[in-house]
Amino acid sequence: MNRLRILAMLAWRNLWRNHRRTAIMLGAIGLGVWAMIFMTALTQGMVTEMIRDGISALPGHVQVHHPDYRDDPSITNLIPATDAEISAAFGPAGFSAWSSRIKVPAVITSEHDSRGVTLLGIDPARERDMIFVDYDEVEGRFLESVDDGGVVIGNKLADTLDTEVGKRIVLMSQDPDNDIADRGFRVVGLFHANVESFEETYVFAGKKTIQNMLRVGDRVTEVVVLGDDYRNVEDEYARVVALVDGGVEVRRWTELDTYLGTMLKVMDGFVLIWVVVIFLALSFGLVNTLVMAVFERVREIGLMLALGMKPGSILGQILIESMLLLIIGLGIGNLLAWLTIKPLESGIDVSIVAEGMEMMGASSVLYPLLRMEDVVLANVVVLILGFLASLSPAWRASRYEPIEAITKVD
Amino acid sequence: MTAVRCVDLCKTYRQGDQDIKALDHLSVEIEEGGFVCLSSPSGGGKTTLLNAIGGLDKPDQGEVYISGQRIDNLSKGELAELRLKRIGFVFQAYNLIPVLTARENVEFVMQVQGVPAAERGRQSADILTEVGLEGLEDRRPAEMSGGQQQRVAVARAIVSRPALVLADEPTANLDSKTSDGLMELFTELNEHHGTTFVIATHDQRVMGYAKRIVRMLDGRIVDDIQQDAA
Repeated sequence: MNRLRILAMLAWRNLWRNHRRTAIMLGAIGLGVWAMIFMTALTQGMVTEMIRDGISALPGHVQVHHPDYRDDPSITNLIPATDAEISAAFGPAGFSAWSSRIKVPAVITSEHDSRGVTLLGIDPARERDMIFVDYDEVEGRFLESVDDGGVVIGNKLADTLDTEVGKRIVLMSQDPDNDIADRGFRVVGLFHANVESFEETYVFAGKKTIQNMLRVGDRVTEVVVLGDDYRNVEDEYARVVALVDGGVEVRRWTELDTYLGTMLKVMDGFVLIWVVVIFLALSFGLVNTLVMAVFERVREIGLMLALGMKPGSILGQILIESMLLLIIGLGIGNLLAWLTIKPLESGIDVSIVAEGMEMMGASSVLYPLLRMEDVVLANVVVLILGFLASLSPAWRASRYEPIEAITKVD
Repeated sequence: MTAVRCVDLCKTYRQGDQDIKALDHLSVEIEEGGFVCLSSPSGGGKTTLLNAIGGLDKPDQGEVYISGQRIDNLSKGELAELRLKRIGFVFQAYNLIPVLTARENVEFVMQVQGVPAAERGRQSADILTEVGLEGLEDRRPAEMSGGQQQRVAVARAIVSRPALVLADEPTANLDSKTSDGLMELFTELNEHHGTTFVIATHDQRVMGYAKRIVRMLDGRIVDDIQQDAA
């Protein structure tokens, strides 16, 4: 303990012998760590937003379908169980949120134009926290019940069809016998979505109303379950598998939307690469600082060795010095990151590149996301790689011959 | 009992194209409680001998014993342990650690030895008073004169009461009054605590304090004189 104390004291005081050099190095480490965390937060924010939008638009975290539904998402591929049976099974299971839907391709027609859309027959009470539409922001109103007679469409689709709240449209699809199933609806609400294409694609109606229109009785095409963490849905997946029989297919969102699933993996890898690349740039400065610090103190190191300090203690002293430098630099970088990210968490407007963002499935507002895992990753990488980078100068210092070091001439 | 025994030591340095024999089949014994001055012109081998005795330099040939223990074949770590526990060093220059205060420099060896803080504090205060540095305990080397720094180095060398103190030109940077004060301190430690001193010097005043003067030339002992201390 005594030895550790003297080593730490020597390391700390030596660190401040050359104030300017230490300050420059701390600035570089702080800036590097800030860049690591800030860029990671921006990237994670963008990816998280993309995934949340994607999840709220389609897959939830875990979905149940007829085995043929993914290849042919039509009304003929209904889940064998009735909606009542599904409710009896999923209701008491204690999921964060779940819902059953009808989701089929359809054509929407106004008096001016028609478009192919995805028709969603939903239970609005269950879906409030599951889909991308903010009920309170809907122009007009959102659906009120499963047998609501109105439809809610996106602003963009309304523009295309040249329709508005209060006007009527016709929805047309096929029933299980491949006969035309259609019905006139009044547009009761127009929704806004972060991703413009969602406004063109999705049309919401009451689940019961659509079941009646499509003549499918009490049947649905999909069951959607939402967990607490989109990164880890294994628990929900296992619970859903346990609830259903063999006549359906259960899929995680990463399997349903492979683009987003892959994106998540790529981004996690990208974060690590980003952190390591920045550290490599930093490590040159760190090693240079330590080499200079050791070089300037050769005689002093020789003296300590001559007085009986063991080479291992010299090694320890240089490593402690390096670790102190890194820890202070990390503190500065973390603080800078926190101070710059927190005020931006309400969103950064990137509408100037909205089209590009939308092509990636992201919205035009970027919400930086400061995740503890990413902060820990950046800190741990810097500490571990910093420790490894410091080993060489520290080892060299510990290998000095005391008498050669003491008599070294500048 | 023999404090130091050197047997047939040889050490050759390469300087340019020339081989310099710093130690040339040198053998010497120093009794415990001895007060020995090694004297030679520059390059005569006294510092090399001192370094070999202190385990700071390995001879090319021969054996070195400290209190009967052979040390020339010890590892770096074992030598460090030996120096830490049994030998006090005073070098001519670069004696102190610049980032530590006088007190911390004195306590350094004890701290590495693992002496408890209270004990260290008491011993360092006593020894700094003894070498006349009371009131300067919290000064760093850069804030002290050369003589004061040398006294701190002496205090550090003797604070843990090593059996053997090796000093290389300890008075080289000191004025005569400070030199005398330092040598009187060495003499007192030698007489009252039985500490063995081996001092490399060519300062006649320092030699005046020694009980024995070993004169060297070209790495060999040319004269070995017992004398009464001044």
